[in-house]
Amino acid sequence: MTETPQKPSAATDVAHTAAGPLTGPTGKGAPVPPTTPERHGMFHARDTGDTSGYGRLAIAPVTPAPATRPFGGYFDEVADALAAAMAERGIPESAVEQVTVAATEMTIYVSRAHLVALLQTLRDEESLRFEMLSSLSGADYGVDVPRRLHVVYELLSLTYRRRVRLEVSVNVDDATVPSAVSIYPTADWHERETYDMFGVVFAGHPGLTRILMPDDWVGHPQRKDYPLGGIPVEYKGHEIPPADQRRAYT
Amino acid sequence: MSDAEANERRRGAAAGAESAARSEQSSAVSDAEANERRRGAAAGAESAARSEQSSAVSDAEANERRRGAAAGAEVVTSEQALAKSSRQSDIEALVASKGGDWDALLDDIEYADSEQIILNMGPQHPSTHGVLRLILDIDGETVTKARAVIGYLHTGIEKSTEYRTFTQAVQFLTRADYLSPTFNEACYCLAVEKLLGIEVPQRATIMRVLLMEITRISSHLVAIATGGMETGALTGMTMGFRDREEALHIMELVTGLRMNQGFVRPGGVAQDMPPGWEERLDYFIKVMNQRLPEYDELLTGQPIWKARLKGIGYLPVQGCLQLGVTGPPLRSSGLAWDLRKTVPYCGYEEYDFDVPTTTNADAYDRYLLRVAEMHESLKIIKQCRERLKEPGPVMVEDKKIGWPARLSVGADGTGNSLEHIRHIMGESMEALIHHFKLVTEGFTVPAGQAYAAIEGPRGELGAHVVSNGGTRPWRVHLRDPGFVNLQAVSAMCEGGMVSDVVVAIASLDPVLGGVDR
Repeated sequence: MTETPQKPSAATDVAHTAAGPLTGPTGKGAPVPPTTPERHGMFHARDTGDTSGYGRLAIAPVTPAPATRPFGGYFDEVADALAAAMAERGIPESAVEQVTVAATEMTIYVSRAHLVALLQTLRDEESLRFEMLSSLSGADYGVDVPRRLHVVYELLSLTYRRRVRLEVSVNVDDATVPSAVSIYPTADWHERETYDMFGVVFAGHPGLTRILMPDDWVGHPQRKDYPLGGIPVEYKGHEIPPADQRRAYT
Repeated sequence: MSDAEANERRRGAAAGAESAARSEQSSAVSDAEANERRRGAAAGAESAARSEQSSAVSDAEANERRRGAAAGAEVVTSEQALAKSSRQSDIEALVASKGGDWDALLDDIEYADSEQIILNMGPQHPSTHGVLRLILDIDGETVTKARAVIGYLHTGIEKSTEYRTFTQAVQFLTRADYLSPTFNEACYCLAVEKLLGIEVPQRATIMRVLLMEITRISSHLVAIATGGMETGALTGMTMGFRDREEALHIMELVTGLRMNQGFVRPGGVAQDMPPGWEERLDYFIKVMNQRLPEYDELLTGQPIWKARLKGIGYLPVQGCLQLGVTGPPLRSSGLAWDLRKTVPYCGYEEYDFDVPTTTNADAYDRYLLRVAEMHESLKIIKQCRERLKEPGPVMVEDKKIGWPARLSVGADGTGNSLEHIRHIMGESMEALIHHFKLVTEGFTVPAGQAYAAIEGPRGELGAHVVSNGGTRPWRVHLRDPGFVNLQAVSAMCEGGMVSDVVVAIASLDPVLGGVDR
């Protein structure tokens, strides 16, 4: 059984950072952009319509906080092993943008240029052994967020019974991420679904086609600028507008 | 139509075929233009794929054939010509509206060359476990290529949850894999609770375990029942559904609904155990103890059942790991990977049960495992019954999260608790405001993301939940084991016979509601 890692408090972070040098991924890559957009108003109200005074309330975007040593639990071991393996395999330190430890989980934000090399390292290195890609999915963090499309890799080590999450973020106008199929064949359908739902193009995928939506569908339904419903509901002789264009009381 | 035009169109159509795109390696993938074309490509996947395969037909040959057809057309009478020309214009209109040219495609297929046939199986087919579509290339009775096509039951559950509160989202997710509703709810709730950083009450966790294990039994019973039906063992089907009914009765007693209960919620479960549950559960355990051995008597040693299942759908452990296959297919290959044991959640480490494994990695072993797992589930249910003797809360104490709905049995059978209504309507203004806020707006979840994985009946069921700090999930992704396991269809079916495809798929037990979400 794995021990449950605890999120270290800010005070202990500082103490440990001062005491010893960082040996894990140093987070020298591009800074991770905020992962939640700026929010306006309450109840998703826009402009007028809300007379409560909260209509122009704005909440600042949230950026995942970089974690500092010790990460807690097995996360330090994973970080150390990964740093050592990266040095051995000639993967630059900038490949890892940031490490975040939150909700008892470890997220490694990586740059897409070194994604495949990192996955290969995580899978093959004896001290890491993430043999299985549990899940691969996308997330769209909002229209105004820089590098809004994220691809999330949930890795599972059966040897050590550990989990770690890799995350890559890209812009919509350059939404290309190298495919993981060559490392984890299970990524095949996951990547097709992510392409279908978010429009992330996985370069090197053996057959990147839509998987859930029809082949001739236009648009990527799970993007945040794609409305719920999105298309009118058609009956014989009658048509009901898409859900977002109907009268609403929210 | 000029040759260049025909080629262009053919290429476009071929790109639409999912497998054709698979064979055309990578390079075009990043090409925006190729995507554009693919999106606009016509249907007719299989014939397009075929035309691409038998591209040995040279252009010269195709021209020859076309010329021959033209020569043949010269001898028709004027009347026929008229009929033909009107038909021709009809076809042209059809082609213009749909964007594909079947005649051109069919002309290029060299039927005489081989015995190869492309067989479309599903999506409406009684043996594909729902709306799964298979495209099989068969040579005689041998399957040379098997491709699974999904998406026919895609209902946008993940998108819909983004427009509901965290509690309401449960009602969508429970409908994904409709044979394991409790598992969908539980794994989503575990992820949300991770984000909230809360610990659910002990009694709620035990109730979750109890309901999950009952659901596992009912799901495995359907797997055996439908698998039996598809292979002609109809008694297995009637037995499976008969016994599943007992499991559903217990679910109905505890949750109020047979399926899609929405009973497990962030922070606990909706209700405490109803009065008289002990006797009903005892009856269930007694009935199952009698009936589970009947499967051994009916199927396990039966020569026909063994002949149909043994050695079929072989997938060794390496293949399972590479394709991400989990659940009974993985354990049938000898690896005792069960998240309840290996990465315990919901206090499973405190229960006494075994993880059965076998080593033949075939459909028969998966059947044996499902039967064995039902016995293990029954063991866990008995232990839950003992632990539930101790009373306690079933929802977190935090009033900002705990759903305030208090139901009680009224004159009409069910309804809101009159006591609760009296409290919020008559006694406390604050309680009413609080009730209103929680029910309409919901509770906020700290920004961040969490992934929770549990052992569903089909394998690892995961929920990736992202919150932006609001009252609605920013993104929910269900890692459905059926979706991932279905990728193994090609590996399990190719080289076998058509009738074995049915057995192989039944041994994976995909539920298309979960696969397509």
